[in-house]
Amino acid sequence: MAYSEKVIEHYENPRNVGTLDKADPNVGTGLVGAPACGDVMRLQLRITDEGVIEDAKFKTFGCGSAIASSSLVTEWVKGKTVDQAMTISNKDVARELSLPPVKIHCSVLAEDAIKAAIEDFKKKRQERSPKQSA
Amino acid sequence: MKLPIYMDNHATTPLDPRVLEAMLPYLREDFGNAASRNHAFGWKAEAAVEQARKQVAALIGASDKEIVFTSGATESDNLAIKGVLEFYKAKGDHIITLKTEHKAVLDSCKRLERIRQERLDELKLLRLSQLAETDVTADNLSELSAKHRIDEDATYQKWAALPTGGARVTYLDVEADGRVSLEKLAAAITDKTVLVSVMFANNEIGVVQPIAEIGKLCRERGVLFHCDAVQGIGKLPFNVEEMKADLVSITAHKMYGPKGVGALYVRRKPRVRIAPLVDGGGHERGMRSGTLNVAAIVGFGKAAELARQELPDEAARLLRLRERLRTGIMGQLDMLKINGSLEHRLPGNLNLSFSYVEGEALMMSIKDVAVSSGSACTSASLEPSYVLRACGVEEDLAHSSIRFGIGRFNTEEEVDFVIRLVVDKVRKLRDMSPLYEMAKEGIDLKSIEWTAH
Repeated sequence: MAYSEKVIEHYENPRNVGTLDKADPNVGTGLVGAPACGDVMRLQLRITDEGVIEDAKFKTFGCGSAIASSSLVTEWVKGKTVDQAMTISNKDVARELSLPPVKIHCSVLAEDAIKAAIEDFKKKRQERSPKQSA
Repeated sequence: MKLPIYMDNHATTPLDPRVLEAMLPYLREDFGNAASRNHAFGWKAEAAVEQARKQVAALIGASDKEIVFTSGATESDNLAIKGVLEFYKAKGDHIITLKTEHKAVLDSCKRLERIRQERLDELKLLRLSQLAETDVTADNLSELSAKHRIDEDATYQKWAALPTGGARVTYLDVEADGRVSLEKLAAAITDKTVLVSVMFANNEIGVVQPIAEIGKLCRERGVLFHCDAVQGIGKLPFNVEEMKADLVSITAHKMYGPKGVGALYVRRKPRVRIAPLVDGGGHERGMRSGTLNVAAIVGFGKAAELARQELPDEAARLLRLRERLRTGIMGQLDMLKINGSLEHRLPGNLNLSFSYVEGEALMMSIKDVAVSSGSACTSASLEPSYVLRACGVEEDLAHSSIRFGIGRFNTEEEVDFVIRLVVDKVRKLRDMSPLYEMAKEGIDLKSIEWTAH
């Protein structure tokens, strides 16, 4: 498969590979995909009490496009507010990386990972301070 | 050492320079048509073809009269399977093959199944019209057949005064090591079975089937035996008498010959007959018409001769390199799995699953080495390899597989380079893999509810 230069660049120099402390109440973890489908993406976001994403880390099992998609979104979400990050769509990812049609689902996975991580963070906050969110 | 390194010799092999030398005169001055019986150009071409026929025959212990040249193994497989079913349609219409066969065999079988179904539908239509059902269409055919209680098999037998040329096919599972069970094969043979088609060595996992035992079984039961021997020929000894094979598909480009030329061995004693797929000038004793590709056939002959002469030494050398690769990689990485039997295997083949690393990503990161993914995830379907699935390999592992095919021109230095590169890149990808991290932490990945997509 002929990949775009951007996919190859991200694949060869992935940004923000790693693990954040799951137990940290300010860290939201999104784990999406399935091993049987050939790709699993884990995105972790550390979010300030003000709702700003101050760090992002990923680990991905998948093809070059899946790795590049996750690397790209870690760069995009850093410094954004939770609400801003929620507006990132798979189309933005697919366009930026010029993904071939058969690899569009990698970008869908990246969008899902952002949403899952933020959801996890929100759930944690609710558990921490039920009064605030009530 | 030159990069990139070619280690995908199951896909195709480079042309041996000695083969090219043998071919060149037939692309230049000796360009005659082997069918031109009335001048020197034709005689020379014919003599060259007949010499090649002997060289190819010698490689498999056949007589030169039993070799039919084709455009390649796909055509040979098609000719063997469709040709036999067409010719022996009065005898029966059942084929037995394996789920791990090459697509040229599987898709030929599928077409024969479709032909049978179409003929069956025509017969039902005929029967219904006799029952005065006038408005029979393709849409209500099944419904009307049910209404009149037309039993498919009974109707088929009763009305098929002229048999169809189509087939029923049994696709046998293989055992976990990739080999067929002889008991299951024997049990699948019925009095309608015309042909058993089992490959010599598998193109993905390199597993070698018990061909001599299958040949013996088929001969005892009066069933023809076709063997797609493409991957194994020239790499391991193969003798049509010992194997009792009736039809054997071979191709030149998997043994350092040119692409676009192959052969079908068709047994003379006891005689096997086939209906041709291509009609025309009656070349190749009527079994495959078309002007012979003389230069390619000469190259095929030369390639066969070289393979025969060098086989014992080359097989031992390939096995040494394969074992060097296998132990080199496996000694440095954990959580690996070899796909298919290690014992019954082509010497140059290694098919490995690198758990928690995706095969295509790994291929991309070792782009200095040409290998092939065990998973067909570059295709539109994103489905993992049907061969690995048929061996019971779990889907996640099937997505993590790489096929290494070592060949005549690979060196020890190249193998050592590949070991270093693969080990380094697998480590890098595993550092990036959430699954590897979870497995290392002792999390059972099967206990997680994954989001299918």
